[in-house]
Amino acid sequence: MRIAIVAKQLGSGYSDAIRKGGEQASAELGKVQMIFTGPSTPTAEGQIEVLNTLIAQQVNAIAVAANDPDALVPTLKRAMQRGIKVISFDSAVSPEGRIVHLAPSSDALVGETCLQLAQAAAPGGKGKIAILSASATATNQNAWIAAMQSALPRHPDLQLVATVYGDDLSDKSYREALALLKRFPDLAVIVAPTSIGIVAAAKAIEDEHLTGKVFVTGLGLPSELLGHINAGSVKSFALWNPIDLGYSAVTLATHLARGAKTGPGATVPLGRIGSVTFDQAGTGPMSKPFIFDGANTAEFAKIF
Amino acid sequence: MPPQPPEPMRLPNRIPGRESALAAVIVVMVAALGLRWPQFATLSSLRDVLDDTAILILLALGQMLVIVTRCIDLSVAANVALSGMIVAQLEQSHPSLPILVLMIFGMLAGSVFGAVNGLLVWLVRVPSIVATLGTMAMFRGIVYLISAGRWINSDQLSPQFQQEIRDTWLGLSMLSWLAIAGVALIALLLRYTNAGRRLYLAGGNPAAAAYVGVQVGRSQFNAFVLCGMLAGLCGYLWVARFAVAYTDIASGFELQVIAACVIGGVSIRGGSGTVAGVLLGCVFLGIVRNALPLVGISPFWQMAVNGLVIVGAAMLNEQASAEQPRRILEPDAK
Amino acid sequence: MNRIHHIAMRALRWESILGAAILVVLIVNTLTSPYFLNAQTLADATFNFTEKGLVALPMALLMIAGDIDISVAAIMALCSIAMGYGALAGWPPSALVMASLAVGIGCGACNGWLVTVCRVPALVATIGTMSLFRGIAYGVLGDQALKNYPRGFEFFGQGYVAGLFSLELVLLIVAALLSATLLHQTVIGRRIYAIGANNVAARMSGIAVNGYRFWLFAATGAASGLASVLLTSRLSSTRPTLAAGWELEIITIVILGGVSVNGGRGTIPGVMLAAILLGLLTFGLGMHNIPGIVMSMIIGILLITIVAIPNLTSRLAAFRDSTIDRS
Repeated sequence: MRIAIVAKQLGSGYSDAIRKGGEQASAELGKVQMIFTGPSTPTAEGQIEVLNTLIAQQVNAIAVAANDPDALVPTLKRAMQRGIKVISFDSAVSPEGRIVHLAPSSDALVGETCLQLAQAAAPGGKGKIAILSASATATNQNAWIAAMQSALPRHPDLQLVATVYGDDLSDKSYREALALLKRFPDLAVIVAPTSIGIVAAAKAIEDEHLTGKVFVTGLGLPSELLGHINAGSVKSFALWNPIDLGYSAVTLATHLARGAKTGPGATVPLGRIGSVTFDQAGTGPMSKPFIFDGANTAEFAKIF
Repeated sequence: MPPQPPEPMRLPNRIPGRESALAAVIVVMVAALGLRWPQFATLSSLRDVLDDTAILILLALGQMLVIVTRCIDLSVAANVALSGMIVAQLEQSHPSLPILVLMIFGMLAGSVFGAVNGLLVWLVRVPSIVATLGTMAMFRGIVYLISAGRWINSDQLSPQFQQEIRDTWLGLSMLSWLAIAGVALIALLLRYTNAGRRLYLAGGNPAAAAYVGVQVGRSQFNAFVLCGMLAGLCGYLWVARFAVAYTDIASGFELQVIAACVIGGVSIRGGSGTVAGVLLGCVFLGIVRNALPLVGISPFWQMAVNGLVIVGAAMLNEQASAEQPRRILEPDAK
Repeated sequence: MNRIHHIAMRALRWESILGAAILVVLIVNTLTSPYFLNAQTLADATFNFTEKGLVALPMALLMIAGDIDISVAAIMALCSIAMGYGALAGWPPSALVMASLAVGIGCGACNGWLVTVCRVPALVATIGTMSLFRGIAYGVLGDQALKNYPRGFEFFGQGYVAGLFSLELVLLIVAALLSATLLHQTVIGRRIYAIGANNVAARMSGIAVNGYRFWLFAATGAASGLASVLLTSRLSSTRPTLAAGWELEIITIVILGGVSVNGGRGTIPGVMLAAILLGLLTFGLGMHNIPGIVMSMIIGILLITIVAIPNLTSRLAAFRDSTIDRS
């Protein structure tokens, strides 16, 4: 049995951790060969080329972290017509292009967690915050930003002053962070729900000698943020466990490929993780984001 | 104002006029921004702009040398990523090495990659755009292979590795000083050395250059090696500044570098371009890209503004050069 | 006579190198993957190069005439946005195709105007318009996606004309035949070569050089518009990032096809062979799950090698001739 995992792009700590989790699952399930692949640039067109070769190889199931929720649909439909079980994980595909979607966490939870972290980081629990996102077209980030905006009324002490985009490029993210610091001299927190943006923002604050005055939080990998936790520019940040995510994606895809039925409303066991329940749209959120701080980051940095 | 006497006939010398115009545009722009957003026109803010533009300046200088010889180097950004990764890995395995050694090592690595381009162009006669299109993909691929797709993060790099370029001297960071030194050295090279003058000759009129005994291919090779060396230096600078090394750093940066040259008045047809022009082109781009987020122009429109600036500058360039007397026999300008 | 013979031999050699490479890729893929030699698989594989090939054809003519267009992928994005808004307004598929072609020709004409009237070198002009067109696409659409395409529109990128021949493949074949006829059989084609070989001489001999260059840019824009119809239909959605990075892949096809970046040389059969070679190669590597970045590295090496081989052999031959002369 061959299960294919299609990442958004290869070459990041995050996709590496997903691969690790997938390998654990395939070893545990037995007789499962995992194919871990992805395009050279994070584009839908690149993923389609990869998907076409997977369809040709007649794999049993495909789990894809989509670069675009709509553009992959026709290709994935064709895969399903040829008997391949398709799920999306991490970043969703529209319902008609997959059987179910395995979300690392619900958008609302991510938004709420980011705001809680911002409040915890802000001196005195109040002040101005700004969001530094990935590209303006990143679907995941946009959903989280929308969730943050709708959760804002529950945090009246926080004032969202700007949302800027670093395009997941280190230099642009760094420059946008510097511009935020200049535009809002009394900024308290930068929230960056993207692993490249959060590192660049932390570096910018350290370089401007604003450590202790402005803080960075958001979503990132412990291994990439350990240095900034130690430097003091980041107090705490959040992420789900990408190893668990990879593990769950492979386990779920294998279940489907072995003939299990699932869909909206169903609950599926996921080995050591427990189980996941799919809602009416066929989305199964796994867990609340895990919070990393000075106490546990070093330990997790060794893993992912 | 009394009518000016007609200027005496002399060799067409459009370049100083062009540069002062660009400088004036920059001054007006900073003044206008400063009126509305006073925090932009402060000394510390402009220092940040210089700091942010330093890497672009160094890369654009190298690219200018290549363009002057009628070539182009699309692989500079990939070279930055590859040299940067090599330096980061070296620093990771030998944290005790002094920064100067790492920097020189980066420059050496970059020169070697530049030499690959240069040899392809000089000895194998592969057109530069083809050669560097190919090496661009190769260099990125090599970064992915030697790093196994992994990142090197700030906690894996020594604090001194990251700090050195941020140390200030006379109010400017080492990064800015390096850019200033680069500008001075390249300016001296182009003005006072034979090798430098030959670059212009090789690009301005290759046929004539060959007749007077200048090996065009060899000059092009030299330009590629120098460009590679600067890219190697920037590899170290990039990793130290952003405290992270991975496959995609500086992706797409080659186009910004070429854009800076175009705005600075370097002719893609070879043979003309000045250090001052490139410097101003970089500063212009630097101010634009630092001001856009400050002004709060919708991020969605930033790219279009960039494109408009490039197209506008290129049109002005051609208008200026159209005033030049036409040579009777144009070399096949490509 | 001897010279023409030499050039013919050379072109032949280039295309035979490509043909041999295709054969090698086919054989290696068949031997190493049990799934490769399958009509359905090969039909799927054609989607890897049909849209890019369609733009590569006029790009080849443009490059033979000595110009280049880096903005093609950005034009595709802008065309797709025009179609997206047309679909939102309830236009039928035929009107959408017209809209895409119109925007494509408009963008191409803008490039042509910059290059011929403003005399900006093509490389510089289209690097600028690449940012401009893509930037407008971002500005207009922002983080939104357009996906309300009418019924029937999906046929362009997903439909089959006969058996395993997709509409995309048929369109590409037709376009290739048309371009080959134009370039190799008509006076227009001869003039395109003449312009690329020496545009001053071409002008002196009465060819409306700038007119040709302008219309080649417009044609490249039109082809980008058509390719955008196919890609948009295949994705059944529009985003400003559509076809990001395709300009380099398209130019790679053209160069690999034996078109000289200095103009004056190249053939349509060569470009088509290069498109097929790249399509099969990436598909074959994909079948072995080679990471994309390694794939582009292999293509980079292939590009340099194939361009270098004729140069090296001709230099070697020249060296041999010169030693014979001296003896």
